[in-house]
Amino acid sequence: METIMTRRSFLKKSSLVLAMGAFSGSLKLVNVSSVQATANPSFKPHAFLEIAADNTITVWVGQTNLGQGTHTGIPMVIADELDAAWETVQIKQAPAADPFKDPVWHMQLTGGSTSIRHRWDLLRTVGAAARQMLMEAAAQQWKIPAQKCTTKDGRIIHPEGKSLSYGQLTLAAGKLAVPEKPPLKAPGDYHIIGTPRQRLDIQDKAMGKTVFGMDFTVPGMCTAVVARPPRYGASPESYDDQAAMAVKGVLKVVPFENRIAVCAETAYAAMTGRDALKIKWSKGSMPGLNDAFIDTVFQDHLEKKGAAAKSTGDVKAAFADASQTLEQQYKLHYISHAQVEPINCTAHVEKDRCRIWAPTQGATLAQMTASRITGLPPDKVRVEILPAGGGFGLRGEPDPVTDAILLSKGLDRPVKVINTREDDFSNDYFRPANQSCITAGLDREGRITAWSHKVASQSIMMRLMPQNVQNGIDPDAVSGTVDMPYEIPSHHVTYAMVDLPIQVGWWRSVGYSINAFIVESFMDELAHAAGKDPLQFRLDHMEKGSRAYNILSMAADKGGWDSPVPEGRARGIAVTACFESFAAHMAEVSVDKNGRIKVHRMACAIDCGTAVFPDAIRAQAEAGVVMGLSVAFHEKVSFADGGVKTSNYSDYRVLTMSEVPEIAVHIAHNNLKAGGIGEPVFPSVAPAVANAVFRATGVRLRELPFQTGLLAKG
Amino acid sequence: MITLNVNGKKRTVDADPGTPLLWVLRDNLGFTSVKYTCGISECGMCTVLIDGDAQRSCIVYLDEVLESEITTIEGLPEDHPVKVAWIEKQVPQCGYCQPGIMLQAADFLSREPNPTDVQIDEAMDNVICRCGSHPRIKKAIHLAARLAVKQGG
Repeated sequence: METIMTRRSFLKKSSLVLAMGAFSGSLKLVNVSSVQATANPSFKPHAFLEIAADNTITVWVGQTNLGQGTHTGIPMVIADELDAAWETVQIKQAPAADPFKDPVWHMQLTGGSTSIRHRWDLLRTVGAAARQMLMEAAAQQWKIPAQKCTTKDGRIIHPEGKSLSYGQLTLAAGKLAVPEKPPLKAPGDYHIIGTPRQRLDIQDKAMGKTVFGMDFTVPGMCTAVVARPPRYGASPESYDDQAAMAVKGVLKVVPFENRIAVCAETAYAAMTGRDALKIKWSKGSMPGLNDAFIDTVFQDHLEKKGAAAKSTGDVKAAFADASQTLEQQYKLHYISHAQVEPINCTAHVEKDRCRIWAPTQGATLAQMTASRITGLPPDKVRVEILPAGGGFGLRGEPDPVTDAILLSKGLDRPVKVINTREDDFSNDYFRPANQSCITAGLDREGRITAWSHKVASQSIMMRLMPQNVQNGIDPDAVSGTVDMPYEIPSHHVTYAMVDLPIQVGWWRSVGYSINAFIVESFMDELAHAAGKDPLQFRLDHMEKGSRAYNILSMAADKGGWDSPVPEGRARGIAVTACFESFAAHMAEVSVDKNGRIKVHRMACAIDCGTAVFPDAIRAQAEAGVVMGLSVAFHEKVSFADGGVKTSNYSDYRVLTMSEVPEIAVHIAHNNLKAGGIGEPVFPSVAPAVANAVFRATGVRLRELPFQTGLLAKG
Repeated sequence: MITLNVNGKKRTVDADPGTPLLWVLRDNLGFTSVKYTCGISECGMCTVLIDGDAQRSCIVYLDEVLESEITTIEGLPEDHPVKVAWIEKQVPQCGYCQPGIMLQAADFLSREPNPTDVQIDEAMDNVICRCGSHPRIKKAIHLAARLAVKQGG
C-alpha cells in the first residue's frame, strides 16, 4: 500500500513542508548531524508528529475541524501505536501541505468521512515507526538489542526495570532512519484507540475562545460583503455606489465579474453599504425557474430513457414471471447545508506570496484556486485552515477563496470576505433534488426477483469532476441504488441527468443521503406487499452474516423490534452500507389525528470497523439522527423568478430541541479497518421514520420533507 | 464616544448609537464569541446577557444598553456550572452556536434551577444547533442544575 511511507518519500515531503515554512524542526530527524543541534532538539519522524525534549507530543492535523472529533481521533491512533501517555499529547492545525493529503484521493480534503478511514494504515505506521526509532535509540544507549526493550506511557523500559522518557531520546532517535514497515500493534494491545477520551478542542469551544473564520482578523484587513446575482445567470444593470460610499466606514465599492463588493472597515459597515447599493439585476438565464417548473422538469426526465448505471439479470423476463409487481415514485426537494457559520475567507495577496485563512474543507483546492488566480506557484500560497462552524460538504467549494483573492489583489491589502445568512441560502450548492421511480417484482414466496430503478437528478460531478461522469452516469447520483445491501437477481438502474442552472454540491452522505430514503422506503413497501415483517423481509434478501445483515439485526435487537409496542406507537427500520461502514436505524413513532408525527425514540446501530473514538462516534450518530429528522420533517429550499426564494432560517426551518427524541447509539465492536462515521449515520434515519409512520397510519410518505397533511384525519 | 459596560468593565466605542449590539461587540470591541449567523433573531447564536436576561444582540441597539451590564461567555467564570457541564458532557461539535446557547441556558437555570425535560424543551426550542448537539445540551443543563446546587451549598 502506498500509505506506508518510505524514507525517500518522507524526505521529499518534509522538504516541501520546510519550503513552505510550516515546520522549522522537521529536518532534525532525517539527518540531525547536518543540522545545528539545539539544546532541546525535537524528534520529528513525520510531518504529523513531533516529540519535544519536555515529552510533549504534538500531532499536526491537516484535516478541517468541523467538530467531528477527527482532531482527537487522529492523535489517538498515532499515540496508541507510539505507546504515548495521552496526557502529553497536544494537537496543532497544519496548513495545506503535501504530507497532509489524503493518501487515496491525493488532496487535502475533509469530506466523505475519510479523515481516519483513508489514513488508517498511515496514522498507525507514523506512530509505530516513531516508537521503533525511540526503542532503537534507547537500546543503543543501553547497549542491548532493541527487542529487549518495551514501551509504556511515553517511556522505553529496560528489561531490568530502568527507563528513559521519549523526551530524553529525541536527539538520538532523530539520527536514525525511519523504518518503512514497523510492526503494528495487535488490536488487543490498544490502550488509547477505543477508549473514552475528552475531545481536545472542547475546552476552548466551551469557553468561547475558538477563533472561527468569521472571527479571524489580520492587521490592515478590511471586510468585504459581495452582492451576487439573486437569479441564476443575472448580472448588475445599475447600482448606486455613491449611496454605499456615504455609509460610514465604507472604503470602496468594487464591481467584478458578475458581482459587486463593498469593502469596509467593519462587517456591519460593509453590509449596510451593500444594502445601499440598490442594485438592479438583469433577468438571468432562466427567469421562469420556480418550484412548479422544477417539478415538471423532473417529471419529464422520469419519462426519458436515461443511461444505464446497472444492468444485471433479465428484468423484463423477471417481471413477466412475477407473481405481483409494485411501482412507486419518490420525490426529494433541494435542501441547504444551512451550516451556522456563514461562508467566509480571508486572503492577502502580495507580490511574491499569497496567504489564505479559511474554514475550508478543501485546503488543496483553495491552494490551487489561489495559485491559478495569482499566478504564484502553489508553494507560495499558504492556506491556514481555521475551525469551521459546520460545513457538511459546502466548505469544499472554492468560491469564497476566489472572491477574497480577487479583492485582496485589487485592493492590495488583506481582505476578509463574509457572507450574510441570506447570501448563504442564495448561493448555496444545494443537495440535489431527486425524483425516482421504482418497479419491482415479487415471486410467490415474496422474494424480490426484479428491481428496475429510474433516478432523475442534477449531477454534482458534471461541475466538479466531469471526468468521473462516464456514459452519462454521475456515480454520486446513483450511489445507494446500484450498491444496495440486498441480493436481487435482476437489477436495473438508469439515470436521467437533469440540466438546470441551480447550483448543486456535496451534502452529508451525498448520493446515499438521497437514495437511501427511496430504496429503504420501497423495500418496506415490498415487505408489506409480500405480507412479511419488514425486518425479516430485508434480512431474507441479504447475505446471512454479512456486516449489513448483522448491523440491521443489532439495531432490531438493541432497539427492541420484537418487544411489545406501547399503545398508539409503531416502529420502522432501515439500513445502509456506505463509506466503508454499516448503519441501521429503528424509529418508534406515534401520529395524532391532525397528522402530527412524534418520534419518541430512535435506536442507531453502527459498524464502522475499529471504533477509534467511541464518544465521537456516539456524538456523530446522535447528530445524524437530529439532522436526519430535520430533513425528514422540515427542510426544503424554494425557488422563484429564476433564483432562490429561501432567504433565512425564518423560511428554512431546522429541527429544534422539542422535536429531538430519545436517541440510543449502539456500536458494533470489531477489529476491522476503520470506516467512516459522519456520513453513514445519516441516510437511514428518514426512511426508518417513514416506515414507522406507515405502520402507524397505513399512509406511505414518499416525499421529503414529509407531506404530513396526508396523515390528517377528517 | 459611547461607554458600554461589558463583563464588568467600562469600554468606550466609536459607533453609531443605532448599531446593533452584536456588531458593536464583534467589530468594535472584539468579542467574537458573540456569533453572527442569521441577523434576524431566529437562531440565538448572538445571545448575550443584558442585566442577566438572555437577549439576541442582533436586534438590540447600542443606545438601548448604555446603562446595562452586558455579559458574554467570557464573563461567566470558568467554573460556572454551565461551562463545567458543557465540558463534562462533551456538548459542542463545531461549537459555533454554543456560547449563545450556553448563555441562554445560564439565564434559564437562574430562573428554573431544577428543570424537567419538558421545561428544557420549551426553554431551548428557539435556538439552532445544526450539528445536532441537542441530546447533550439537555444532559448538560441537567448536570449544570445539579452542579449549581452543590456550588450554592
